[in-house]
Amino acid sequence: MLAPGRTAIIPLTQEMALIEAQDLTKQFGNLKAVEGLSLRVSGGSILALLGPNGAGKTTTIRMLASILRPSSGEARIAGYDVRQHPADVRRSVGLLTEHHGLYTRMRPEDYLQFFGRIYGLTHDETGRRIGRLLEQFGLAEARDLRLGEYSKGMRQKLALARALLHEPPVLLLDEPTSAMDPASAHLVRACIAGLRSPGRTVVVCTHNLVEAENLADEIAIIHRGRIIAQGTSAELKRIYLGDPIMELRVASELDGAARFLPPGVTQVAAGEDWLRFRVAHPEEVNPRLLGALSKAGVPVVTLAEVPRSLEDVYLQVVGNVEGKGPASAWDG
Amino acid sequence: MRQQAASQGLFPIAFHIAGREIRDQLRDWRILTPIVALTLFFPVLMNFTAREAVNFVTRYGAPIVGDRLIPFLLMVVGFFPISISLVIALESFAGERERQSLEPLLATPLTDAQLYLGKLLASLASPLAAAYLGIFVYLIGVTVAIGWRPPALLLIQVLLLTTAQAVVMVCGAVVISSQTTSVRAANLLASFIIIPVSQLVIGESLIMFWGRYTILWWIVIALFLIALVLSRMGLHLFNREELLGREIDVVDLRWGWHVFAGAFVDDAMSVTDWYRGLITVTIPKLWSSLAMTSVVLLAGFFIGDGLSNRFALPADWVNLDRLGGGLGDAFSQLGLMTTRGWWWVVWNNIRAVGLAAFLGMFSFGVLALVLLMVPFGMIGYFAGNVALTGQNPLRFLVALVLPHAMLEVPAAVLAGAAILQLGLAAISPPEGASLGERWLKAAAGWARVSLGLVLPLLLLAGAVEVFVTPRVALLLLSGS
Repeated sequence: MLAPGRTAIIPLTQEMALIEAQDLTKQFGNLKAVEGLSLRVSGGSILALLGPNGAGKTTTIRMLASILRPSSGEARIAGYDVRQHPADVRRSVGLLTEHHGLYTRMRPEDYLQFFGRIYGLTHDETGRRIGRLLEQFGLAEARDLRLGEYSKGMRQKLALARALLHEPPVLLLDEPTSAMDPASAHLVRACIAGLRSPGRTVVVCTHNLVEAENLADEIAIIHRGRIIAQGTSAELKRIYLGDPIMELRVASELDGAARFLPPGVTQVAAGEDWLRFRVAHPEEVNPRLLGALSKAGVPVVTLAEVPRSLEDVYLQVVGNVEGKGPASAWDG
Repeated sequence: MRQQAASQGLFPIAFHIAGREIRDQLRDWRILTPIVALTLFFPVLMNFTAREAVNFVTRYGAPIVGDRLIPFLLMVVGFFPISISLVIALESFAGERERQSLEPLLATPLTDAQLYLGKLLASLASPLAAAYLGIFVYLIGVTVAIGWRPPALLLIQVLLLTTAQAVVMVCGAVVISSQTTSVRAANLLASFIIIPVSQLVIGESLIMFWGRYTILWWIVIALFLIALVLSRMGLHLFNREELLGREIDVVDLRWGWHVFAGAFVDDAMSVTDWYRGLITVTIPKLWSSLAMTSVVLLAGFFIGDGLSNRFALPADWVNLDRLGGGLGDAFSQLGLMTTRGWWWVVWNNIRAVGLAAFLGMFSFGVLALVLLMVPFGMIGYFAGNVALTGQNPLRFLVALVLPHAMLEVPAAVLAGAAILQLGLAAISPPEGASLGERWLKAAAGWARVSLGLVLPLLLLAGAVEVFVTPRVALLLLSGS
């Protein structure tokens, strides 16, 4: 994968951070839309920028795409400084805006040819890429329709094709499934998941927690222009919700079950035939527990981790920032 | 295989963008229908009108009316289709922003200039093509029906006028669109373009009926200059930061007042402090406007002087000795040497400066200077007439003008410069602030100069004009 520069060609590797931002700030009048945001995303990964409306996600994306100039701080996209080489940055970025912004009187091939020329691609090369992208996104059958006749999901997929047309190493997707019906959203998510490749970085802005958890390798929670938490889904859960909680269900009464729990394991709740406990290393503790129960003749029905969603993490993190306690219901 | 859009050159990419937009326009019946109607049916109607009018006025022995009507209709036939360019431009700039199809373009390596020029060309191409075609259809009609062929110069004038008006409207539309986020708001603001242009067309019509076609050349030049200024301003405003940094169209009066008052007070802690800032900070910033205003007002004096050669007054009207005899009565009748007369003079001058400021706001300061030139022209005219009769014009100037002019002229120069600065702030705004913010700050600068210097000078000049000048005049002209 090559990213052509004005004077030099910079070979991109998976280890190289395709997005680097340091203390990025954007101020509109008195409003600080983004404040001191720092990011580092390497090739091959998908980052979800998670946050409510107005958190600063779109402004961040626009700064990274060199559409808006940062008020302060630095950012490099595929090695190009967003301030000094805006055209190179824009050529290295494929941007899917929140609103597809298609020209509805055009047909898909004409539309993509229009953008291909702007990116400096030849007509034939653009044609080849269009054919491949329309096939990839299942739009080949609809190539004769005008874009105004497309469904919402189809339009969003074509907008994705537009973002990919010049084969950029960085994809910035702003609310790719907002206001979509579940089927269309599923289609688009599947497309995005298929875009993961070693030489490419994808940043997805969303306020959809399920989408972020399913798509992203890493999640950054942005709130009032600041990143307030960042990590993998598992890391965030561990940091903000504590160790995993296991639930044990048995086929008989569970009197004195606590005595079976190994040392260092904390019971958090219990019922007649069930028990919940918090454990730092379930892979070590659970086999021992099951062995002890079996030895004691306790008929075990299930031993499973209590599911904890990203929503819980989100509420906890935002609650911490706003000084409110989280509204969490999973531990009792 | 790959090139940057920027390196593909300004015009190829601009044409590429314009081409797409023009194809889009030609698929839109709302744009196509009026263009076709104004191109094909309207000229035919104008032909019919021209033929009937010529026949009618010839019957009553006034063929000149018909002769003047035909070129006028030629201009009208060209103007109507280009009025659509305003709608197309608002749709192209504000509409695309409202439909949020602009951001994908802004995310490409296109330069602001490529995008701006592309949209400008797209807004101009169809209406201008329709206007030229309409003129062609009209000319064929009048040639066939009444055998009228336009003089080549007139045809060039009309074509240039049509083109210049279209460019002015489109460039103005870009400026307006950049200040709004919706087509609705842009349409409301479009009256700032359509009203002056309509007035201009009425003026052009009068000039054509008057038969002073030379003046039209000056209008063409002025229009192209305005187009240049507006396109420069449009290019300045049409950039990613301005387009995406603005999210809502809300009139925030409190914010506006805060900006204006902050710039007006300028952190001054006392009146002395405020005046120090006015003299040491505000006035030095006006030096180029002050120089330009001084030159223009001086030019007004010499133009007046020049006109006295062409339109000389009867010698006894400007006989200073004869004038001196009746001065005392004339001054009494005018209410001079009374407090009431002082207020009248001051009020009159304030109204003139206020009107100049109002006109200046809509003309980048130009009309303000034109208005302020008038009294200088009049003084030059009278001085010229005095000189023509062999008298010393200095006697006239010293007796009737100089005493209060020593205060009134600096007031006029300061007022003109402040208004000019206000107009220039809109054309060439500094970086890092919105157009509204820049304009409010410039307006605060104008208010500082007007209240701090112009008004006190006018009050003093009024007093001198009413209480001192008459006495000097009586002394020098009648010896009493």
